Amino acid sequence: MRYLTDRKRAEGKGAAHGGTATHHYLQLSAVGLAFMVPVFVYIFGRTLGQGHEAVIATFSRPFPAMLTGLVIFVGMRHFAKGAQSVIDDYTKGTAHKTLSILLLFISYTVTAIGLYALVRIAAF
Amino acid sequence: MAEVQRAARPLSPHLQVYRPQITMISSILIRITGLGVMAGVLLAVWWLLAAAVGPQYFATADAVATSWFGDLVFTGTLWAVWYHYLGGLRHLLWDARRGLDIQSVRRLGMGCIFGSVVLTVLTLIIINL
Repeated sequence: MRYLTDRKRAEGKGAAHGGTATHHYLQLSAVGLAFMVPVFVYIFGRTLGQGHEAVIATFSRPFPAMLTGLVIFVGMRHFAKGAQSVIDDYTKGTAHKTLSILLLFISYTVTAIGLYALVRIAAF
Repeated sequence: MAEVQRAARPLSPHLQVYRPQITMISSILIRITGLGVMAGVLLAVWWLLAAAVGPQYFATADAVATSWFGDLVFTGTLWAVWYHYLGGLRHLLWDARRGLDIQSVRRLGMGCIFGSVVLTVLTLIIINL
């Protein structure tokens, strides 16, 4: 007779090894992005195609700057978690490790470039 | 020598023999669109960085971003964003234990496909006004 609870027996046995944490994060960030993305798409779509000065003027205003920063940060975390579950589903072993590292590299690098650009535009 | 017996066993369903259904199409699409959005994100972030660095670098990035190639990437990304958006709302609805019967699932799947096209066209009209 093993004195193990049902929970203890199940822990760590799922494909993701992290229970429902990823799913929960994707749900929460999806709600945030659902409010932010349409507004960002409108601002970005309106600004794309304008001259350099107009682009700087738009993205140095507080609201577009903060919204863009949030969309990049939350969006890239959402992407990292979602794409991780795709990698978890289709790969294993060395390919799984390599792709997971590459994914984190890409998502954090894009975030860093985006936030750096916003700070530099604000200082123009 | 034991002879290999080749019995006509039933084949379990897999992609090549499965008749395409809206449920599987919508499931595949939400994955592809989620990954595909990165195309537009990379171009947009590069464009933003170029704007931050200065007018000369911006001229280079803006030429790419507003070329036919840029239009193609951004329009594709826009559709992917809207599909992923509607598909994501569908998942939130399911997580709230609603719309899980077969008819609703099929309707929502078709709704995502047609809705994303309509929203893409509407967005293009609004931002070009």
